[in-house]
Amino acid sequence: MIDYTYTIWIVLIPLIMFVILGLFGSKMKPNLAGILGSAGLFTTTILSYLTAYFYFFKAEPINGAFTSITAYNVEWLKFSDSLSIHLGVLLDPISVMMLVVITTISLMVHIYSIGYMKGDSGFQRFFAFLSLFTFSMLGLVVSTDIIQMYIGFEMVGLSSYLLIGHYYEKPSAVAASNKAFIVTRFADFGFLIGILLVSFYTGTFDFNVLTNNDASVYTSMGHASFLGMSALTWGMFLIFIGGAGKSAMFPLHIWLPDAMEGPTPVSALIHAATMVVAGVYLVARMFIVYHFQAPGTLEFIAYVGAFTSLFAAIIAITQYDIKRILAFSTLSQIGYMMLALGVSGYGGEGGVGYMASMFHLFTHAMFKGLLFLGAGSIIHAIHSNDLRDMGNLRKYMPITFITFAIAVLSISGIPPFSGFWSKDEILAAAFEHNKLIYFSSVLVAGLTAFYMSRLFFTVFYGKKTDYKHEPHESSLLMTIPLMILAFAATFAGFIPFSSFVTSDGKAFESSLSLSIAIPSVIIALSGIVLAFLLYHKKSDVPDKITVSLGFLYRATLNKFYFDEIYLFVTRKIIFNLISRPIAWFDKHIIDGSMDGIAWIIETTSIKIKGLQSGQLQQYAFVFVSGTIILVLFFAYWFI
Amino acid sequence: MIQDIPIQYFLIVSTIMFFVGICGFLIRHNLITILMSIELILNSVNINFLVFNKYLFPNQLQGNFFVLIVVAIAAAEASIAIALFINMYRMYNNIDVENISEMKY
Amino acid sequence: MGLNQLMFFFLSGLILVFSILTVTSRKILRAAVYLLTVLLATSGLYFLLNYEFMAAIQITLYAGGIVVLIIFSILLTSHISHKFERPALANVIAASLTGLAGSFISIWSIMKFPFNASTEPTLDVNMKEIGMQLMSTGHQGYALPFEVISILLLAALISAVIIAKKGN
Repeated sequence: MIDYTYTIWIVLIPLIMFVILGLFGSKMKPNLAGILGSAGLFTTTILSYLTAYFYFFKAEPINGAFTSITAYNVEWLKFSDSLSIHLGVLLDPISVMMLVVITTISLMVHIYSIGYMKGDSGFQRFFAFLSLFTFSMLGLVVSTDIIQMYIGFEMVGLSSYLLIGHYYEKPSAVAASNKAFIVTRFADFGFLIGILLVSFYTGTFDFNVLTNNDASVYTSMGHASFLGMSALTWGMFLIFIGGAGKSAMFPLHIWLPDAMEGPTPVSALIHAATMVVAGVYLVARMFIVYHFQAPGTLEFIAYVGAFTSLFAAIIAITQYDIKRILAFSTLSQIGYMMLALGVSGYGGEGGVGYMASMFHLFTHAMFKGLLFLGAGSIIHAIHSNDLRDMGNLRKYMPITFITFAIAVLSISGIPPFSGFWSKDEILAAAFEHNKLIYFSSVLVAGLTAFYMSRLFFTVFYGKKTDYKHEPHESSLLMTIPLMILAFAATFAGFIPFSSFVTSDGKAFESSLSLSIAIPSVIIALSGIVLAFLLYHKKSDVPDKITVSLGFLYRATLNKFYFDEIYLFVTRKIIFNLISRPIAWFDKHIIDGSMDGIAWIIETTSIKIKGLQSGQLQQYAFVFVSGTIILVLFFAYWFI
Repeated sequence: MIQDIPIQYFLIVSTIMFFVGICGFLIRHNLITILMSIELILNSVNINFLVFNKYLFPNQLQGNFFVLIVVAIAAAEASIAIALFINMYRMYNNIDVENISEMKY
Repeated sequence: MGLNQLMFFFLSGLILVFSILTVTSRKILRAAVYLLTVLLATSGLYFLLNYEFMAAIQITLYAGGIVVLIIFSILLTSHISHKFERPALANVIAASLTGLAGSFISIWSIMKFPFNASTEPTLDVNMKEIGMQLMSTGHQGYALPFEVISILLLAALISAVIIAKKGN
């Protein structure tokens, strides 16, 4: 038996780094702060890898299944003898996998940021918040307790807010950080209600009990019902809303594209690889419950995921901001993960969707982190986000060019890059379960290949060569993480995921089914070829297509007017019909009554302040005569 | 116990003295006269203390000690009050009680 | 009418007349002198009560100390020849009414109250007895008030100097 108590340090070291950098960072040299943060995270990464090694290779699976181990647990709040909140470290296949993903990406981003953020006035602050984010995210994934996970959700939301608003002088960054915070907070409200609902009936917060195969804790929930659905379905649905908010599922996706206002490394870490998959992780964590107790909700999750992936892929085609394209592709890929969970069964081969989702989460983190860091490198070189300002960069930035190419091939699902393997598993799972979702996913695969290639060809081939100053390759600090991630994005697909991360912990053999793989590769290749034809050199064909599409194109360019719809709903409907009357009530009735009291007191005071004349003798007179009157009064009363 | 004089005689005298002091306090404007009125009031109280001591508790000395202490306090009070009057005289060039009304509302 | 009574009426008459003169006189120095008379007459009353020590205190402290202090301050702050204006009639009436009402109630209750003259043996009040009790800490000892009053006097001494000092 291996003692895992040390895993608490995986969580605590980033926290300590945050405290050190937060308190003393401003007195440090910027580079020292960066190196300190990276060194702390390097330790954490080593510890995570050790844990993964011990967990997957050293520990003997019981009955052939990886069990969940509570490595560390401390009672935090005790409500009653049976109900209390614990904080601790829970190790099971998905949390160990997430530890590896988070620490890897975070370490890469840390190293990259030393180069990328050089000369930024908020350098130390940036690293402090990166540490805070890493701490929150690690604390989230190792939760032993659903409340700890909720706390993690809130804290990643907070650190995401702080990091998006890093350039707080820019109004758009402030607006974006507010938007991200409010939307996810709104969704977390659903999560909280869901937690309360579920724990009210089950009487526990503990994941070990909640996600146990033995479903006796849920019996009472099945009976209670509301609006035709059982309390359990409602609870699980509300919990999913929390996950959907963090993972930017439709219709709560609006914050993610705007979140690209933050520094690019932040986008890579938070808004591509780690935080946005928290929702997927949440659903995966509660998967047993969804599958056995609330299959309706799981079906719903599948459709939401499929729709989001299609929806975001279509928008991504028309965008011009390089980071926004990546943001929409993130949306699309997370939709993939959600739908894979939604179509998954439980146990053995049936649980291929679950495995595929986690697998895709893993590979996606690698190649999407790589894409964002590569985009950061490009932006760093030419100081613009706009695709139309770029072109022909392959000559100036060879390393970025090659690594970016690997990432594009990977996300497009071209073998043997990692994206192919995980996407193939997802398509296989969807094919088994639901043909509609399957076809939509295949379509998304083609669209993905198309818009990523469009991005790639426009940036690295294309027309433009007249830059104001020669773009140059980024420094080693930035290219080394790119190369490491490119390596991971290439070979991560060969990890036999099905022997590590499965729905019931038991390993199974997953095989590549050619009938699924071949069509998806063909459609991806055709997407790439189409993009090559349209964009590898300057031509007017794309413009003609745009014109012929007319309204459809404009709608897509404006993200189907979703921001406008939200604004209409909030400004015109909610503000006017709900907020205004409430504000009026507050201002006139509530405030009015308070003001009235104050007014009465003030008027009376002004009236009677003349009594306080300052004339000593007047006071003495009142005092003496008052005494006499009192004496007379009592004398009359008692005698 | 004094021959021929009942306790009420003394008390009536001291009462009248007390209220004369109060009237003085209420009527006069000069702070020094007000101080003198206060001395009158204290004095009448002293008479009461001693008379009660003599008539009601002749084998004790509490009344005497009270009077001693009252006299000491009156002396302290008079000295402070006069210091204040002199200070005030420097500020206003008179010591009318109407002047000290700056602390009103 | 015995000699005691005669003496008492004489002294009470002095006290009442000069009290009223003190508060009504429009010349402040005269008022001070009237006050002195009242205080001296009061000490006469103390002699009548056989409290010689208290009478001595009354003369030395009140008549000798406080009145002299008052006269000094009068000399510092007023013109001797200055005559006060008559106080407003309404004030006088209100104050006199209050005073009359107060005296009436008090005298009425004094007359109603049954005072039981003590029959205990009279303690011989001499200076030795007073001094012993003043400094003793046991039964009927007044050491604590004595100390407290000494601190009060010290504080008064210092603060009077501070307050009256010119400037800061």
